[in-house]
Amino acid sequence: MASSIRVRATANGDITEVQALIQHPMDSGFVKDAQGNLIPPHFIQELTFEHDGKPVFVADWGPAVSKDPYVKFSFKGGKKGDDLKISWVDNKGATDATTAKIQ
Amino acid sequence: MSITTSEFSGRRRLVLKGAGVAALIGLGVVAIAPQALAANDKYPEDAFKQKGQADAIKALYGKTAEPSDKVKMDAPEIAENGAVVPVSVTTTLTDVTSISFLVAENPNALAASYRIPAGTVPSVANRLKMAKTTNVTAIVEAGGKLFSATKEVKVTVGGCGG
Repeated sequence: MASSIRVRATANGDITEVQALIQHPMDSGFVKDAQGNLIPPHFIQELTFEHDGKPVFVADWGPAVSKDPYVKFSFKGGKKGDDLKISWVDNKGATDATTAKIQ
Repeated sequence: MSITTSEFSGRRRLVLKGAGVAALIGLGVVAIAPQALAANDKYPEDAFKQKGQADAIKALYGKTAEPSDKVKMDAPEIAENGAVVPVSVTTTLTDVTSISFLVAENPNALAASYRIPAGTVPSVANRLKMAKTTNVTAIVEAGGKLFSATKEVKVTVGGCGG
């Protein structure tokens, strides 16, 4: 299965800008399906970005984050060609991880 | 279902051990608990379960926030689709350790909380769901204090229910 995570990390001088798009339903638990049954909550709880073995950005998410979530941030110290490790875990215990090269 | 004697005594021992640990925590850790809340590395499950905005901030940080013009939040005046509302925040404050987003009248106010280690720029963009027209608040934790910015976003189609 293709990774659920799409990342673009661009180094510009000292600052690395990271944009990530993740495929996930992010069901809130308040929405009903076509039969009128509540769709149980299913959302990413924790998303971690690691550079050089250290977390540079950690997101704690609730169900109010949009479907197929997007996030953008920047950090200092990344260089072109460095690895950026991204991983998430959702409320059902599912996880995914990927490694992106800083461009 | 029956409980055998060994199982029962095992459980009993666990309970006793648990009580001991609880007593230790009660004695020693109470004094540092408020600081530990914000610096906690675990997922703040309890804060995400709070209904109101004030309760969520209290559960997450253990203190209250004051409005600051150093926190700049960018959100649309009118969101046509409440399921996808782009919200971003940036700040000129230094020593930022975390940034959180709250939507006042969502079923649970806290939407997202980001931990900002040293070396990471205190600026985050993301997309949130909004049930209806209400205030969106960004909280920036800098130097152990909380600063906030609030903006009302009008929602024409809610994003939290059917």
